[in-house]
Amino acid sequence: MLKTFQKGGVHPHENKLSANKPIQPIDPPAKIFIPLSQSLGAPSKPVVKKGDEVKAGDILAIGEAFISSNIHSPVSGKIEKIDDYFDVSGYRKPAIFIEVTGREWNESVDLSDELKEDIILDGASIIQKVKELGIVGLGGATFPTHVKLMVPQGKKAELLIINGVECEPYLTSDHRLMLEKPREIITGTRILMKALGVTKAIIGIENNKPDAINLLSKHASSYPGIEVCALKVKYPQGGEKQLIQALTGREVPSGKLPIEVGCIVQNVGTTFAVYQAIQKNKPLVERVVTVTGTNVLNPSNFLVKIGTPVSVLLGKAGWQPEKAGKVIAGGPMMGKALLNVEVPIVKGTSGILVLNREESFRPKVQPCIRCAKCVSACPMGLEPYYLARVSELEKYDLAENGAILDCIECGSCQYICPSARPLLDHIRLGKLKVNEIIRSRNQ
Amino acid sequence: MDSSILYSIITLGLIGAGSAAILYWVASKFKVEEDPRIDAVAEALPQANCGGCGYAGCRNFAEAIVKTGSLDNLICPVGGDEVMKRIASILGLEAPAVESMIAVVRCNGSFQNSPSKFQYDGVKSCAFAHITFTGEGGCPYGCLGHGDCERACTFDAIHVNPATGLPEVNDKCTACGACVKACPRNIIEMRPRGKKDRRIYVTCMNKEKGAVARKNCEVACIGCNKCVKECRFDAITLSNNLAYIDPHKCTLCRKCVEVCPTNCILEVNLPPRKRAAQSDSPAEITA
Repeated sequence: MLKTFQKGGVHPHENKLSANKPIQPIDPPAKIFIPLSQSLGAPSKPVVKKGDEVKAGDILAIGEAFISSNIHSPVSGKIEKIDDYFDVSGYRKPAIFIEVTGREWNESVDLSDELKEDIILDGASIIQKVKELGIVGLGGATFPTHVKLMVPQGKKAELLIINGVECEPYLTSDHRLMLEKPREIITGTRILMKALGVTKAIIGIENNKPDAINLLSKHASSYPGIEVCALKVKYPQGGEKQLIQALTGREVPSGKLPIEVGCIVQNVGTTFAVYQAIQKNKPLVERVVTVTGTNVLNPSNFLVKIGTPVSVLLGKAGWQPEKAGKVIAGGPMMGKALLNVEVPIVKGTSGILVLNREESFRPKVQPCIRCAKCVSACPMGLEPYYLARVSELEKYDLAENGAILDCIECGSCQYICPSARPLLDHIRLGKLKVNEIIRSRNQ
Repeated sequence: MDSSILYSIITLGLIGAGSAAILYWVASKFKVEEDPRIDAVAEALPQANCGGCGYAGCRNFAEAIVKTGSLDNLICPVGGDEVMKRIASILGLEAPAVESMIAVVRCNGSFQNSPSKFQYDGVKSCAFAHITFTGEGGCPYGCLGHGDCERACTFDAIHVNPATGLPEVNDKCTACGACVKACPRNIIEMRPRGKKDRRIYVTCMNKEKGAVARKNCEVACIGCNKCVKECRFDAITLSNNLAYIDPHKCTLCRKCVEVCPTNCILEVNLPPRKRAAQSDSPAEITA
């Protein structure tokens, strides 16, 4: 019997169309632009100005706030301007525009493919370096990794969890990375263990990726602290709290962080980025992106420089714009529809999904029939129909009492609803309002 | 007469008399002294219970007036001047001058002026659309057209015109402010009705630079400063690439309307111009 989390969950069609496609590097186009807000928290502050020449790997912007991250140049070139661009929602956000002139790297970066397994740095300098080289969580939430690695006083980390679940349908970027860079991921895991001072790590992988489970188990066998654990396929197992529960049986208390139960969770993509930062001195300037969907002729996995426009990837994968109805950044469950395809790939983009017109639209909304399927599906043990209703009626005190802020916005409730009710939309708006109310109450 | 009927009449009569005595005693013992003026003031109010004054209902508002004993900052926008005068005479106070207000929609991004570039398939409500994206026209400050204001209005005074996708205010507007609160983009503004119901205002809220604003909408304010220079009464100010006309300084001379290169200044209920040469003046719509 495979492990999984207890409450709720759904099992959408997996549709892993690109699982057998090796990671292909993509050259950046002549002009790229790097958004200044690429991680959770405050936007970074640019340290370059118009006309500056930069090499790949040079720092472009510094994250000054506690929760913020550094941004590096993925290419060598000239800073064209620092101006606004249209983000995925169409709102204007600042970005650094670079004219690409070549692929010259900063001398300090080790570009060889050679595997370096010996960890020289101590824990504190590992965290410092992770911060300097702008590593953020690549699972999608882009939480700065160095903040996660700094365990607050009075708390103790016991267990490192590496998240190789990739429970979103369609996406295969983590899967491919595990197949192609297993030894680097194991070394990255050891680096993270050293930084946290823990002796035990579990790599959680869903059972629909048996090749990755076998390969990582083989490479992990020489390190007694690292264990690879196969998990039952269930969405949203890649959620931090669900994964901790699946692997350890511990439940993170409401409103608290995983460190409360002694766990730290890192994505495999992040683990690989940490390996590259510590052993190769390479900042986070590229990532693996899956381009997939029924609309795309060649679903593929690309190694993409941050700042490359989505349109370049779509062109490479052979999309059919005339048939396309929706382009989504991320997976079908939690991703966000793009307003234009000229937006750049950022650190948090794990995939681009193109849906055909006929699959893009929502079904007709019908009245709630009180079947409580949403209650059974909610992985956080909430009552989505109730939270959606009280948010709709603007009874935010009831929503707060119903623990609306515990919602992880996984969308399981809306997926399972036979009446296609917009439950998550209402809950998301309710969460915003409740957060506003709490903030004004604390002032 | 049957004695049993007599007995029951006497018994019931005694119970009734006893209960009456108890009720009388309780009523006088626990009597709540209420200012009779509250009733009088509440009766004078329009009984719309819209909350436009800032209180939950008309009676709460009447209580507040009588309690504070002054009319400073306490205005019934629905009743307006007439009602405030009546209240003032009940309380023996001086009536404050109440300007008659009306809601105006400060966006002209209709389907024609700001064509749809995207198709929104989510919940048909402005609050949801606003947190999801910029709107089908692409303007991050413009009207989303899903009618949150229409649903908030209890006076049947604002309706989204299906031909333009923009809300239009009719004469039933009482300036209660419910639509102003409902709009997630703060497009609706309360402005004085003006003399003879004539108004001039900027129908744009876009704070982006001119070129960017213009890309999404034909009639966006581009912050060119022409109207500010043209105005002889210092009524127009420009901040964040957006012009604003102060209704109290504006003399309705219409010079700004003529110079505006994007026709984003709207005149309402003004008579047609005398000079025939002004053929390119913006089409009048009644807001």
